[in-house]
This record gives sequence, structure tokens and C-alpha cells, in this order.
Amino acid sequence: MRVARWLIGATVLGSLATLNFFVFEGPLLVKLINVSLFSSLFVLFRVVYGPSPADRIVAVDILGVLIIGMLALFGLFFDQGFFLDIALIWALLSFVASLAFAKILEGGRLDD
Amino acid sequence: MIRQTIGMVFIWVGIAFDFLGVLGLVRLPDVYSRLQAATKCVTFGTAGLLFGVFIIKGFSSFGFKALLGIAFIFFTSPAAAHAISRAAHRGRIPLAKESVVDLYEADGELKEK
Repeated sequence: MRVARWLIGATVLGSLATLNFFVFEGPLLVKLINVSLFSSLFVLFRVVYGPSPADRIVAVDILGVLIIGMLALFGLFFDQGFFLDIALIWALLSFVASLAFAKILEGGRLDD
Repeated sequence: MIRQTIGMVFIWVGIAFDFLGVLGLVRLPDVYSRLQAATKCVTFGTAGLLFGVFIIKGFSSFGFKALLGIAFIFFTSPAAAHAISRAAHRGRIPLAKESVVDLYEADGELKEK
């Protein structure tokens, strides 16, 4: 059973990686952005199926961090600087949102 | 050319750390261990990626924005992770069945609340 699960996971990951890296025609940065998007798909799985609210909060926090890296790659691909501005503002809002969610989860009020 | 190569190596390492951290976020059994796996993809993943962008772009406005992003992420993300784990423990979210010790519970800080 355990071997079967490992085999299925390795097959899925290997097929996705090979599809991503050898069949898809494009520049290298686009492939790296695809890997990042695939990682955010995993994070969305944890957001939807998380058993407890803390799992969802952790997943949303990590999704913000992934999107910051993805925006840096977008800025490198299009050679435009304003994507990094979006990334900085996203980091700020993600930090505030994580603190607020943690405060709500702890059960306290937001103003102390 | 050599700058481009070194920056792309940093970006590759960052993407690999991001992917492995997210894999840990899916695979691990518990909120706290998931948080422990997922914080790796902040400090090595996205920060390494932004450092690669800084190496490629050099001392321009683009590169300095990337450095500012690294500093901001290094300051804020461990604070957010610590707040989330503390709130999860105070909100009585249970540990995994395989865990053997809970020193924060045994510390008695929760009893006075």
C-alpha cells in the first residue's frame, strides 16, 4: 500500500515535471513560473481541504510568499520594475492579514 | 554573462526550495510541522529568488526593490509564523498522534488563562 502510494506520487510528479520541462516550448523563465504556479496549486489544495482553521491560515500565508517570488520572476521576464512594487505591497498586506487571522484564531479582540 | 549565470543558479535554488516546502505543506500530518516545513520556503525559497533577481539586475532600482523585499520578508514572515503557531496552540488545535511531548502545554502558561 505504501509502495503503491509512493509510486503514484512519483508518477504524477514525474509526468508533470517532464511535461513542464520537455514538451512545453518557451523560455526558461516561463518554465520556472510554471513550477511556481504548480506549487501554488498544492497550496490551494491545503486551503480547501485543511482540517483546521490554522492550516488554512498557514496556507494563505505561504501563498502570499509564493506570489511574491512569482511576481519577481514576472518582472524579470517582462523587464519591468513595477512588478516588484506590487510584490512589496502584497508582502505588507499578507503580513497584516496573517496577524489579524492569528488574533481572531486566538480568540481575542483585535484592538488590544 | 557570469552575473546572469549566478543569478539563475540562485533562482533555481529558490524555486526548488519553494516546491519542496509546499510539498511538505501537503504531506506532513500536523499544523505545527506543516508550519515548520512551510517557513523554509520563505527564508531560502523566495528570499533566494529575490537575491538572484538582485544579482541579475545589479544596482538599479529594480535590484534595490528586490533587496527591500528580502529585508521585509526576513523581518515579517517569522513574526507571522510565530503568531500563527501560538494562536493555534492557544486555540486548542490538537497535535498529531505521533507526537511525544508538548512542552508549551507542560509549561503551565495556559492554566492561568
